[in-house]
Amino acid sequence: MAAGGPSRALLTRMSRQQVAVERARRAFLTGRTRPLDYRIRQLKSLQRCLEERQADIVTALKKDLHKSEQGTALFEIYGVQGEILLVINKLSDWAAPRPVEKNLLGISDQVYIQPEPLGVVLIIGAWNYPWAVTIQPLVGAIAAGNAAVVKPSEVGVHTAKVMEDLLPLYLDKEMYPVVTGGVPETQELLKQRFDHIFYTGNSTVGKVVMEAASCHLTPVTLELGGKSPCYIDSSCDLTITCRRIAWGKFSNCGQTCIAPDYILCDPAIQDRVVEELRKAVKEFYTDDPRSCVDYGRIINQRHFKRIMAMMEDSTLAFGGENDESQCYIAPTVLKDVKPGAKVMQEEIFGPLLPIIPVSSVDEALRFINEREKPLVLYIFSPDPKLIKRMVAETSSGGVLANDCLVHFSVSTLPFGGVGNSGMGAYHGKYSFDQLSHMRGCLIKSLSMEGVNKMRYPPHTAKKMDWVRYFLLSQMTVSLLGKLVLLPLLFLIVAVGLQRFFQ
Amino acid sequence: MVTSPGSKQPETGRAVKGAGAPSTDHCWLYWTWCVKMDGYKTVIDSLRASFRSGFSLPEQFRLDQLEALVTLIRENEKQILEALYKDLGKPKFEAILSEIDMVMNELSFAIHNLKTWMAPEYVTKNLATKLDHCFVHREPLGVVLIIGTWNYPFQLILLPLVAAIAAGNCAILKPSEISPATEKLLVDLIPKYLSQKCYAVICGGAEETKKLLENKFDHIFYTGSQKVARSILQAAAVHLTPVTLELGGKCPCLIYGNLDIKAAAKRLAWAKFFNAGQSCVAPDYVLCNREMREALVPALRQALEDFYSPRPRECADIGRIVSERHWTRLADLLQRSTGTVVIGGETDKEEKYIAPTVLVDVPETDALMEEEIFGPILPIICIDTLADGVNFINAREKPLALYVFSDESKVVTTVLEQTSSGGFCSNDGIVHMSLPGLPFGGVGNSGMGSYHGRWGFETFSHRRACMLRGWGLERINVLRYPPYTEGNLGWLRWATGSKRKGWGSCSLM
Repeated sequence: MAAGGPSRALLTRMSRQQVAVERARRAFLTGRTRPLDYRIRQLKSLQRCLEERQADIVTALKKDLHKSEQGTALFEIYGVQGEILLVINKLSDWAAPRPVEKNLLGISDQVYIQPEPLGVVLIIGAWNYPWAVTIQPLVGAIAAGNAAVVKPSEVGVHTAKVMEDLLPLYLDKEMYPVVTGGVPETQELLKQRFDHIFYTGNSTVGKVVMEAASCHLTPVTLELGGKSPCYIDSSCDLTITCRRIAWGKFSNCGQTCIAPDYILCDPAIQDRVVEELRKAVKEFYTDDPRSCVDYGRIINQRHFKRIMAMMEDSTLAFGGENDESQCYIAPTVLKDVKPGAKVMQEEIFGPLLPIIPVSSVDEALRFINEREKPLVLYIFSPDPKLIKRMVAETSSGGVLANDCLVHFSVSTLPFGGVGNSGMGAYHGKYSFDQLSHMRGCLIKSLSMEGVNKMRYPPHTAKKMDWVRYFLLSQMTVSLLGKLVLLPLLFLIVAVGLQRFFQ
Repeated sequence: MVTSPGSKQPETGRAVKGAGAPSTDHCWLYWTWCVKMDGYKTVIDSLRASFRSGFSLPEQFRLDQLEALVTLIRENEKQILEALYKDLGKPKFEAILSEIDMVMNELSFAIHNLKTWMAPEYVTKNLATKLDHCFVHREPLGVVLIIGTWNYPFQLILLPLVAAIAAGNCAILKPSEISPATEKLLVDLIPKYLSQKCYAVICGGAEETKKLLENKFDHIFYTGSQKVARSILQAAAVHLTPVTLELGGKCPCLIYGNLDIKAAAKRLAWAKFFNAGQSCVAPDYVLCNREMREALVPALRQALEDFYSPRPRECADIGRIVSERHWTRLADLLQRSTGTVVIGGETDKEEKYIAPTVLVDVPETDALMEEEIFGPILPIICIDTLADGVNFINAREKPLALYVFSDESKVVTTVLEQTSSGGFCSNDGIVHMSLPGLPFGGVGNSGMGSYHGRWGFETFSHRRACMLRGWGLERINVLRYPPYTEGNLGWLRWATGSKRKGWGSCSLM
């Protein structure tokens, strides 16, 4: 490539997306993301952005999703801030070479894994927790030394604008451009070559992203969703259970990829579950959630209509009030729901909580396993044996027993799906590793050539026996072992074998 | 158990018939036709049913299957060597070193470490989660597809299988039809030693593989070329199937600065001409300055004479090209190259033989620099400075391996820091892939994902985050429930302690 980059004429022929990607790649190739100092400076600046501009962030989220100020702080900002602090503290450990075990022949070699940046990462965010799911991956990308093109979801109109305005003020704007736009713009972006694509959203678009990535052999992380089941054992404390479930379900008006999608419980406790859920909803959002500042709204009319249509063929236990002009749907519980009901055909992603009666754990397990692997499985039970059995007989991205959502915030746990709910994982060190290349390195010297004679032609049976012995003797050599073995080995190998094979 | 349909002739012109076939050929042909015609659905469904029943999950089952593979190899070493010789003219030494012992190594490593790998990994927690159990549980994915290749036809399909078994999956093996003797051996032996409920071998060519890929798998592991990898990724996208792609590329070998040229030449020659250059991690081409080249060529010549005698064609220790088609490709490259042959150059179509060949004065735009060579032809390209060498490497796709020969650690470090590649090895070739502690895989065009040792286990596992909370501490939970207040928020932030150095970060609690 010519020095100074593409000509002005070429740039005007390139689309806006191509230009952004091209600039990010040039910025990456300068090597300035390599030093850890640079990465930490960028992250500290991002931290400042979240602190100084919190009011702008809150206002935008209020307009997009009717999120309250505390709700935004709790669910969006603190999480990202926590990740940034963690990275700043741990980056030098994570980025350092990671030594691995050697075999006998390699005793004087250096063998380690060196984490390296991949290059230019595309991050496609979602609208439900736009800061958490767009900026947290960005934190990982910056930490790993990549450049990143950030594509916020266009569905959260105000938040996308705030990201587009603010991020270039605080971050290296060539290295981390924000590219906004809808479907055509995203498609144009997906035609470009990236070194990794990190997508949060639904499975349908996830397939499109993966297909686009296949042209360039680009690896992807897909954080998708699905219907996360919530099983309630009859012997639970239903008050606490339903409170935790109500919180998990109705936060952000149910628009959470890890919201409990539906409940499975014995028909005998269904009425009590409904009652306890009703009590919890009233506790949280008052008798009139529409006027409660802590209760959200559906993101837009399209989703409003989609969710309303789902209620049609099920029995209402409580809720159901709605107002299309406000995109308001009350916290709603449906009971005696049939597996074939509309509400069970796709991820709800809204404040409808269907209860499906099942008469046994076996039936619950069958129900869960007949469906795609969910992003999370919730189990409410005081019986550790039951929990263990359900974990052993199902598969899901994650499992959380006796609560909802909170596993998301434990940065030492990998957050990601499996099967239809996604591939890859992030949070904390997992973000760093996911967006790095783990390069296997073997540093040898040209001495000890005598040892190598065993492997060179002409091949003899004698050489074969020695090679087999050394290759097949796996050992992890401790430091003390090395001190003892090393001089001995030098003696045997360098002198003895050399003579042997002459 | 499926075998190659009789109508499809592999490259050597021999029809391949599987073992376990019923006594009449008509039955067998009808049966394999049925299996293929249903798009392999029956086989896959059967394996999935086994997986769902939990057959492949218990630790003991996995150990038994891994031990069975050990027995398979021990009892059939002679047949394996014969098959490899038939397919590639592979010398016994090479076959033992790079095929049999690699798999045995991997098996004993897996058997030895399985318990540790399967154990839940408890993670550190913050103050708010101190009373919870937080751990990561590695779980099998389900039914995985392993597509092998022909250059190390035994190792490259069995090493992933070892990892898949260790991780508790069921697996379908699709060996390469280009190495038909090994393909046939796998078809015969795998069902004899491994559980037929959990593992199957499917044969065929491009058409059969395409049909196979229409099905849903829980992971696809492919070793081969970029072109095929793209269509595999596309097929995987339809089902959101994660993939591991072990591809190739042109692995550069930079020789610079002070060094023992004789030792370097030996190691280079060994790595390059092993398996007649048909290794994904073979040094593809050399970069050095003119002065170095003057010393290198005679050292290479000597090394090659020491290894293969002055008449390599008659030497039992040198392999052959796998097929006529591949031989023709290589001969054509040699023909079109404008470089000067300084060592070797002899070829024989009937024997599929190409002598260990070294060329100099090879321009950047030469035929030999168009694609991965994958044969016993070594171009030497001259560069002036180390920076030129690094720029040359970086102007090209990220390779699977990168080699530097130098006694100067600064040279090694500079190249390491300024380039990217799947793996890196200084002052030797290939051997880094025999260390089970190192992840073996590519980056960019050379692949995605990795395996060997624990890395293979992780590749075929899902890391399921598990958090088991108790019923107490509901008073702390109250802090997070609506109505949201500043006061509660303040307490929550304190309890999750994200400000302090060394504490785990958390929110939402």
